[in-house]
Amino acid sequence: MNNPPYLTGNASVSIIMLKVLLALLPGVAAYVWVFGSGILVTLTLASLTALASEAVMLKLRNRPVMPFLLDGSALVTAWLLALALPPLAPWWLVVVGTLFAIVIAKQLYGGLGYNPFNPAMIGYAVLLISFPAIMTQWPAPLELAKAQLGFADQLHYIFGRILPEGVSLDAISSATPLDYLKTQLKLQHGFAEIAQAPIFGVLGGKGNEIVVGAYLLGGLYLVQQRIISWHIPTAFLLALVAMSGVFHLIAPAHYAGPAFHLFSGASMLCAFFIATDPISGPTTPKGKLIFAAGIGVLTWLIRSYGGYPDGVAFAVLLMNICVPLIDAYTQPRVFGHSK
Amino acid sequence: MISKLFKFHGGVHPPEHKLESTTTPIRPVALPKRLVLPLRQHMGNLPKVQVDIGEQVLKGQLLAAAEGMISAAVHAPTSGTIVAIDEQPIPHASGLPDVCITLEVDGEDRWIEHGPLDYRSLGKTEVIERLRQAGVVGLGGATFPSHVKLREDARHPVRTLILNGAECEPFITCDDMLMRERAAEIVQGIEIMQYLLGAERCIVGIEDNKPQAAQAMRAACAESAIPIEVAAVPTLYPGGGAKQLIKVLTGREVPSGKLPTEIGVQCFNVATAYTVHRFIHHGEPVISRIVTVTGNVAQPGNFEAPLGMAISELVQSAGGAGAGTQSFIMGGPMMGFALPFPQAPLVKATNCIIVASANMFPPPPPAMPCIRCTRCADACPADLQPQELYWFAKSDNFDKARDYHLFDCIECGCCSYVCPSRIPLVQYYRYAKSEIIALDRAKQAADLARERNELRLARIEREKQERAAKHAQKAAGAKAEAAGDDAKKAAIAAAMERAKAQKAEVAPQNTDNLAPAVQAEITEIDARRGEAAETQEKQGS
Repeated sequence: MNNPPYLTGNASVSIIMLKVLLALLPGVAAYVWVFGSGILVTLTLASLTALASEAVMLKLRNRPVMPFLLDGSALVTAWLLALALPPLAPWWLVVVGTLFAIVIAKQLYGGLGYNPFNPAMIGYAVLLISFPAIMTQWPAPLELAKAQLGFADQLHYIFGRILPEGVSLDAISSATPLDYLKTQLKLQHGFAEIAQAPIFGVLGGKGNEIVVGAYLLGGLYLVQQRIISWHIPTAFLLALVAMSGVFHLIAPAHYAGPAFHLFSGASMLCAFFIATDPISGPTTPKGKLIFAAGIGVLTWLIRSYGGYPDGVAFAVLLMNICVPLIDAYTQPRVFGHSK
Repeated sequence: MISKLFKFHGGVHPPEHKLESTTTPIRPVALPKRLVLPLRQHMGNLPKVQVDIGEQVLKGQLLAAAEGMISAAVHAPTSGTIVAIDEQPIPHASGLPDVCITLEVDGEDRWIEHGPLDYRSLGKTEVIERLRQAGVVGLGGATFPSHVKLREDARHPVRTLILNGAECEPFITCDDMLMRERAAEIVQGIEIMQYLLGAERCIVGIEDNKPQAAQAMRAACAESAIPIEVAAVPTLYPGGGAKQLIKVLTGREVPSGKLPTEIGVQCFNVATAYTVHRFIHHGEPVISRIVTVTGNVAQPGNFEAPLGMAISELVQSAGGAGAGTQSFIMGGPMMGFALPFPQAPLVKATNCIIVASANMFPPPPPAMPCIRCTRCADACPADLQPQELYWFAKSDNFDKARDYHLFDCIECGCCSYVCPSRIPLVQYYRYAKSEIIALDRAKQAADLARERNELRLARIEREKQERAAKHAQKAAGAKAEAAGDDAKKAAIAAAMERAKAQKAEVAPQNTDNLAPAVQAEITEIDARRGEAAETQEKQGS
């Protein structure tokens, strides 16, 4: 009662994180619709691992456990990682990735508010580098899959890598559009020809474009709720469109167009949910534009020339490194100062 | 009519709570038995006491005269006897007492002789001097002596005179009610101010949540001999901050660290204009003010109360503090402070008393770490980066805090208000500011000491050289007879050698043969001293 202001608003970290989770729900629903309910298992697994490891780490670090568990940040990290993983990934992959994200990328750096890197992307990058084969093995969208797994079958597969009799891995999996594009371009096929493949839909990967659209919807909700500002999504998407657009115009056979880049891979998830992580991102408006544009350019570069099909995780982590510098050089003009 | 309004960055919309105290007109209060008048009710020099204990004084009589240019006088709010001149609790967040004059009220309320001033024939300098001894200060909260701001300055002529009736803080309604009820008198005060400053334009800025006040002021301004505009500015806290209001009305920013006159603007609170009018046209110095009493009281409202009245007694006039009252806040809930002593007296700065219960202002939950969400930066009316300042203040990185313009912070509390982690940001900034000021003072003192020491050493050196020169002169004169000179030199050298040896023997005595504990302590103290010197040097660089 001793220090003003005595009036405070009712914003809280928990509400912010809760709204982020809420904004992810359309994407999750679309995911289930397109790829089946396996993602729900992955989400649950990641959530439980995140909460448990967060609690243990807080205890070890002598920090209050409940307030930090309830802030919801661990769940957001868990969900983002889970949504970035292949839906039928083995259980241990989910657990290892989440543990890495929470224990090393977040808690060992000091917990909420102190992590210089996006924890979910650290978890993802570690898995991608360590287990590239599993990480690029995606199930085919249900409408394309030659065989479909029931929920019980999916559980068996996630926890024991056991497929029902008569169903082969090939029957349920397929290359992701980004992956397919990469291999086909290497084989000297033109983009227009590649895009005729059944895994491609109108804008991006068949089915995947629905998920991406749902992320966009959730993202717009976050902007409307002022949980995130317009700067990062806009700059990221514009940079991606600019890079892919220019190169597609110059050499349409060798480079996918902007629509494909926007609606494939983790573009939308990155634009509204990953790059917008406030803790590991810059704070100034101009800085946010630079940061997000950097991610957009790097994502396109890695997708087009790098060794991995998608570049979002590495692009985000690389730009995280630049955040202190970006902030320092983009300080806005202060009231009454000329600059 | 004002053509265009401008915007300042940020701001917040806290719940207003203004209706509670605007349902009844301004009420008078019963004369208290005793008034306690702090000498320091303004920014600037302490005024000089003009009365003795036991002296009978009349209402409006000068009790303490302004000392120097930046100072303001204190007058008796009613007639009575001076019973004490000593330290008493004052309404200050520190809880430290200050010198006050205690007046035992006789109840007769007898005035000294007083009457209107013909300010137009008196000469501006004389009017300013009279205002200085009338105790007129800014009643918006800063209590800066108004006569200083009313002087004409050839270097910075005031083209625009702004009257601040924005009253942006929640709960406070004293200016609102004053404008509703005494608009014509405020306007007369504005006319005097306009005359003294020679301003070309006068604008009254009122937040658009006070339509009645704006209406009353418009009507009164229409009657005025000079053109005065009334502008309804958007209700947005802290739109009543002088810098923010000036920006909204003129589109110009007061340069950092400069006064508004730098851009040809001068800004006063509407209540200040009212007191100028009361003094010039009626001869009444500042001895009372309108104060809002609201919150956990039965009859919230505005009161015209004599300065020096105990705040706890004033609260009685509003029906007394209700059950569950936890504290008395002076000022608004954003920038005010909880009174350490509710019996402290009403002063010129007291615009509002909020009787606060625990559920009105529940204590914030424990602060969470900053998540760099920059809601604070979005809300900051000074365009600062509060999240960076917080970081620097927390880690005692004061140089960085200064680089990031900590001293442009107006402590409005918008950042704390919006913070989802509930970090008491303003407290961190206050801490950093006070630390920086203390360090600056220490550095100044050290610099002064060093300078003195250097001067002293230079003097010693100079005297030595002068002596040497004198000796040399003498020696030159006596060179002829200096045959045994070499022998003398040898003798002197030998003597010096002996002295040195002796000194070496004597010097370590007091640190020889010490107990290990004592020796350790000395080493530690030396190390600390070294460190202190180092930090001082760092700050110096």
